[in-house]
Amino acid sequence: MIEIKGLTKKYGSFYALNDLNLTLQAGTVFGFVGANGAGKSTTFSILATLLQPTSGDAFVNGKSVRTDSSEVRKQIGYMPDFFGVYDQLKANEYLDFYGASYGIPEAERAVLIPQLLELVNLSHKRYEYVDLLSRGMKQRLCLARSLIHDPKVLILDEPASGLDPRARIEMRDILKQLKGMGKTILISSHILPELAEMCDEIGVIDGGKLIAHGSVADIQAQLAGERHITVKVKGLLENVATFFEEDPFVSTVELDAEKNSVTFNYRGTEDDQINLLKKAMDHSIRIISFSEAETDLEDVFMEITKGVK
Amino acid sequence: MKQVFSNPVLVKEIKLRFRSPKSFIGILFYLLAMCIFVFGFILLTTQFSGTGYFRPEESFFMFTMLTYIQLGLILFITPGLTAGAISSEREKQTLNILLTTAQSSFQIIIGKLTSSIAFLLLLLIAGLPIYSMVFLFGGVSPGQLGIIFLFFFLTMLAIGSIGIMYSTIIRKTIVSMIATYGTMIFLSAVTGFIYLVITGMNSMVSGTLSSSPLGHFFASINPVVLVLTLISPGSDTFITESTKVDFPIWAGYAIFYICITALSIFVSVKKLRVNMKRTK
Repeated sequence: MIEIKGLTKKYGSFYALNDLNLTLQAGTVFGFVGANGAGKSTTFSILATLLQPTSGDAFVNGKSVRTDSSEVRKQIGYMPDFFGVYDQLKANEYLDFYGASYGIPEAERAVLIPQLLELVNLSHKRYEYVDLLSRGMKQRLCLARSLIHDPKVLILDEPASGLDPRARIEMRDILKQLKGMGKTILISSHILPELAEMCDEIGVIDGGKLIAHGSVADIQAQLAGERHITVKVKGLLENVATFFEEDPFVSTVELDAEKNSVTFNYRGTEDDQINLLKKAMDHSIRIISFSEAETDLEDVFMEITKGVK
Repeated sequence: MKQVFSNPVLVKEIKLRFRSPKSFIGILFYLLAMCIFVFGFILLTTQFSGTGYFRPEESFFMFTMLTYIQLGLILFITPGLTAGAISSEREKQTLNILLTTAQSSFQIIIGKLTSSIAFLLLLLIAGLPIYSMVFLFGGVSPGQLGIIFLFFFLTMLAIGSIGIMYSTIIRKTIVSMIATYGTMIFLSAVTGFIYLVITGMNSMVSGTLSSSPLGHFFASINPVVLVLTLISPGSDTFITESTKVDFPIWAGYAIFYICITALSIFVSVKKLRVNMKRTK
């Protein structure tokens, strides 16, 4: 459905995108993860035919953004990270204008618009002026706008940015519904755990380069070689720290006097980990808890982008 | 034609324009100014007696003044209406979304242009009843008025297209406005001055008047000169004699402004969206 081949965007000597290659199957929900300025919005702008690439090409449903840009536009629904609205239009008129812009007949628009407003929970705001809506409502209305021509691909650049927790949850629920409709969705977000929950695949981009791509589980597995273990004990903390430091698989031991716990990174296998716990018990260390911290997408992102320039 | 009137940008722009009280206030003040001028002129001429009479020459003078007022209106309002058409969408961050729709660049540009021209036409048509006062007193034919309005329309179209072009290629509305007003001032004032300089130099250098196509060209593209030649056809002869070029001013004006309109629309359409095909 989406194929990006050697996509490069240069501004002078600065590479906003550097030889980006990516293939996504139809119906995939792809999360684009990266710091500010990493190249996410540049990629999305090129896919939306708004920015000319320096080299390379991208294809949406087999149509090239370079040579078939008008066809690509019909296949995508694009929601930019920052967007404005027309002050003096009402919510239904706003959608009607974009519906007409896609050549949808008036009679069809009249049926479609209430359905879309229903989908994004804005039916009650149908006759409200768009500029009077809250930020979250405007985001949802913009999402409805991007769906008006029933595109196969949705390109959503930071759709949840600047929203309060409730609005973010509402947005996430709508996106889950869209996923259920079989849309191919490309979404970028800073709220990484939310991406992990809804994305089939994620791509980590840094400095214009795609540095990791795969399912959330695959990428988390890349980091599974090193686990983060916290041991809460009763008694003298220094002795406990010395004991764990002597283990060959342990590194970066940190003490937390307040919680009376020791935290360290562990490289051994699961059996080694069992043996370590057994040895600690035999060594008369009074263990209250022995737990492994779960690696979330934020940790993955921090780990992968560490040292990448 | 049906396609033009079903243009989504045109429909949206007209809707937005007439929801703003500014449009109605603009029309109100324009008509008030026209009324004050016409009735003031009539009252002054008849010396407030109510029994005085109004000669056809005076009616013709009033017609001339009204025509120049209308021309001034077109020259000053058209840039204001068009020079922000695209750049303001860019500033309000609505342009990117508009450009990802299935509308062609031509449709968007024509929608923006026609909505601005439509508003100006409304102003002109709203002023027609006041304008037509001149017919009550004679001295002016409806055909003359028709031809003047036709050239007003062409001028609006050309200056509007230039405004849209600047608005497309310049990111900031304020800079686009300055560029459009600058071009308008060049066309309506500087060209007249250049014509005077060229014909003056021409007679000074050779002692006798020789042919000056450049002088004729600058006179031809000046809207003030055009209106003068339309109102009093004798002035056309004066320009022909001073430049030794026998070509109707109105024809030169029409050709130039049609070309300017076409060129500006072409550039706007080409520059509205990035050229995805080109490799940098």
